[in-house]
Amino acid sequence: MGNDFDLYRLSEEHDMLRETVRALAEAKITPFAAAVDEEARFPQEALEALVAADLQAVHVPESYGGAGADALATVIVIEEVARACGSSSLIPAVNKLGSLPVILSGSEELKKKYLAPLARGEAMFSYCLSEPDAGSDAAGMKTRAVRDGDFWVLNGVKRWITNAGVSEYYTVMAVTDPEKRSKGISAFVVEKSDEGVSFGAPEKKLGIKGSPTREVYLDNVRIPADRMIGAEGTGFATAMKTLDHTRITIAAQAIGIAQGALDYAKGYVQERKQFGKPIADFQGVQFMLADMAMKLEAARQLTYAAAAKSERVDSDLTFFGAAAKCFASDVAMEVTTDAVQLLGGYGYTRDYPVERMMRDAKITQIYEGTNQVQRIVMARNLP
Amino acid sequence: MAEILVLVDHADGAVRKPALELLTLARRLGEPSAVVLGAGEAAASIAATAGEYGAATVYVADGAEFADQLVVPKVDALTQIAQDKGVAAVLVTSSGEGKEVAARVALRLGSGLITDAVELEAGDSGPVATQSVFAASYQVKSTVSHGVPVITVKPNSAAPEAAPAAGTVENVTVAFTGNAAKVVSRTPRVSTGRPELTESAIVVSGGRGVGAAEGFGVVEKLADSLGAAVGASRAAVDAGWYPHSNQVGQTGKQVSPQLYVAAGISGAIQHRAGMQTSKTIVAVNKDPEAPIFDLVDYGVVGDLFAVLPQLTDEIGAR
Amino acid sequence: MTLRIAVCVKYVPDATGDRGFADDLTVDRDEVDGLLSELDEYAVEQALRISEESDDAEVTVITVGPDDAKDALRKALSMGADKAVHVNDDDIHGSDVIGTSAIVAKALEKTGFDLVICGMASTDGTMGVLPALLAERLNLPQVTLLSEVSVEGELVKGRRDGDAATELLEAPLPAVVSVTDQSGEARYPSFKGIMAAKKKPVEELDLDDLGIDADEVGLAGSWTQVGEVTARPPRTAGTIVTDEGDGGKQLAAFLSSQKFI
Repeated sequence: MGNDFDLYRLSEEHDMLRETVRALAEAKITPFAAAVDEEARFPQEALEALVAADLQAVHVPESYGGAGADALATVIVIEEVARACGSSSLIPAVNKLGSLPVILSGSEELKKKYLAPLARGEAMFSYCLSEPDAGSDAAGMKTRAVRDGDFWVLNGVKRWITNAGVSEYYTVMAVTDPEKRSKGISAFVVEKSDEGVSFGAPEKKLGIKGSPTREVYLDNVRIPADRMIGAEGTGFATAMKTLDHTRITIAAQAIGIAQGALDYAKGYVQERKQFGKPIADFQGVQFMLADMAMKLEAARQLTYAAAAKSERVDSDLTFFGAAAKCFASDVAMEVTTDAVQLLGGYGYTRDYPVERMMRDAKITQIYEGTNQVQRIVMARNLP
Repeated sequence: MAEILVLVDHADGAVRKPALELLTLARRLGEPSAVVLGAGEAAASIAATAGEYGAATVYVADGAEFADQLVVPKVDALTQIAQDKGVAAVLVTSSGEGKEVAARVALRLGSGLITDAVELEAGDSGPVATQSVFAASYQVKSTVSHGVPVITVKPNSAAPEAAPAAGTVENVTVAFTGNAAKVVSRTPRVSTGRPELTESAIVVSGGRGVGAAEGFGVVEKLADSLGAAVGASRAAVDAGWYPHSNQVGQTGKQVSPQLYVAAGISGAIQHRAGMQTSKTIVAVNKDPEAPIFDLVDYGVVGDLFAVLPQLTDEIGAR
Repeated sequence: MTLRIAVCVKYVPDATGDRGFADDLTVDRDEVDGLLSELDEYAVEQALRISEESDDAEVTVITVGPDDAKDALRKALSMGADKAVHVNDDDIHGSDVIGTSAIVAKALEKTGFDLVICGMASTDGTMGVLPALLAERLNLPQVTLLSEVSVEGELVKGRRDGDAATELLEAPLPAVVSVTDQSGEARYPSFKGIMAAKKKPVEELDLDDLGIDADEVGLAGSWTQVGEVTARPPRTAGTIVTDEGDGGKQLAAFLSSQKFI
């Protein structure tokens, strides 16, 4: 035995990154988290703080002006921001989701053009796959892209687009050959300023209220042909490959939100006195906390293992990504619900942060593939 | 009797209250003598006040250097007098500058240095200083074991008591060593008409609960009805509601008044470090769980915008 | 010419922890996690800003402390400092500020510098006198407690907000500067900075390297002596009332009973 055994622990740098992001989040993001939720407004303070510390899109490779953070480091950033504010954690998370298709499949020119502003914090990147009638069945999308000389002309409606209206860039999946179903889908970079791009009213959501979710309307959007990401017909494959990596960022969000709730509840049960002693002295409360911490730690280990696989692009990444997302989000729902329970009546009010965390946790079971879809993915890719 | 040298802090031609506290404390250790530096024409009246509070001798030195150069001229003067007179201890007020002066004097004298004493007694082997450390969670008693003790004492550590002594003025010519930063300009702080925060017997402070810069109006009104200084928590200062010069806490001023009123202040460690040694503590806060209530002699759970004006009215009616 | 900036930092017990004393009445460093003193982060920040403004500058961060103090250096390096010096020797344990200033001054002389920047005080000792002592030992002007600082040519300039007045100061380089928490918010280390920090040089020095005798410093060499340490007795529980419309009046009655009004 000895302290020089380095398996199953983070590097010093990763620990230090966590320390840094936690300090930044507690100082610059936590103070606004309640207001951002209450007023359902974009967490501008969080964006500015993240950009100032170069944390808004750490995954961008150094060769394109980014920080070049590995997948595990990116997970830690998202996790620690989510611990303070779920809505704000969608800034680094969706920046990765939106730009990963370009990183995975885009041309060198496309990477240079779109990754540098993202790394500098001048632009955010959103991801447009779902449509009103194409959710879990994404390949059933109706958005069309038609070739016109050196241009493509896009028409259609994308729904549930995170950070829509705030992001400058959008990865849009559109049908280029209706005959080929999923093999007839291509991916494009669309800019907010492209003529014909507009946005629907913000959705009124249960949680993550600070992160705008809107429809993106594409009305004869004419873009140069070199905005296509990868070859024609590879868009759906790119979209799926992207999700293998980014489901892990949703898991990161889930464990961050759960950690925030557990930390708050841990503090509360020490302070709250009933029958003349802190409620933390009651075994029933202790058992709840033990279960919460146990589940959360299991979810974290699975998420970190999946992140390492994402970085290495291991062959079992698809299973691990889906498993991490599914397990961590289910755990987050349980842990945040239990945190509300531990705070009793206070937990049910908006004077305390745990009900917000419980509402924020719910989405992690739904987006980037419902947990039912994750189970289908896992079943098809059993290790 | 052992001579105890007290550096007399003055502003606008008048002795500042902490200097009188030092003279009072010095009498416990021996015979006080005062040092008055760079006071110009006010030196005589300052010397007279020092005499009233027990200074047998008042050393007076003047020169443009005291105003034009930072810290060093005072170090030169104090060191020279301490050496020439063979004093038994040197006492300086614990302010930013006072501590810097004391430290350099200690080094020149080959002496140990104690800063921020809150209590001073004569001991078998020289003065025993009490310090309050780690956000006032511990009291430490220390002595200087090498050289002439140089000790800085926090304001409000003793009540000034007059004890008339000769107050004989002795003019001193100081050999200045130079090598100091130049003071290019000096702008006196605009007076608020309220007592200096660290010196005031009563402090009324506002925190996050005050909600906005305008909210400090009720804090100021209460302070004025009590003749108190106004303080602010770091949260209130960081939010831009009140000037940093009024910040009470670890990184602001440390105060120990007779009465401290905390309004809308939760009582985080950062704030407690600046006020925990106050004699009587009173708090008004909406949150019954606020840690400030663990410190108070009297606490009101309620809205400061209701409680403070009512209290101000009550005081006005008395 | 490279502008050589040396920043003096301290590794301190976390102020939010339950700080206390060890059996020898020195600060207990085992019970509470340590970190870079918050007030020193402002010094690092100003050093980095001056360095960024300058054509050619190098920031060296210096600490005196036990093995764990390298964490404070690592933090400063990840913020952007170029290299570090760690003075570490068992015989230093228990040094008072006079002794510490002797060690830091020697380390500065050995490292070389044009400008020394310190925080306004440590968050544990809170004396705030080390910068003045360094100026005295190094025979340099002290330009201290600045809420604003800049280097213009061969001059360092700054604004000192004192109790009674605001002073504008200047001194020729080399000089010793200290900055307050009003000097400008310290940056957070970036991911790149964190990754780069590990590769930056950290020079380890002991008392021999600095030519200091062990008996000049440490507990034995200290010119002050701690006689006793007592935990402050917890304040006796006060009266807490809930305002039901007459909270101000009740408070007035209390203050009256205590003769404040």
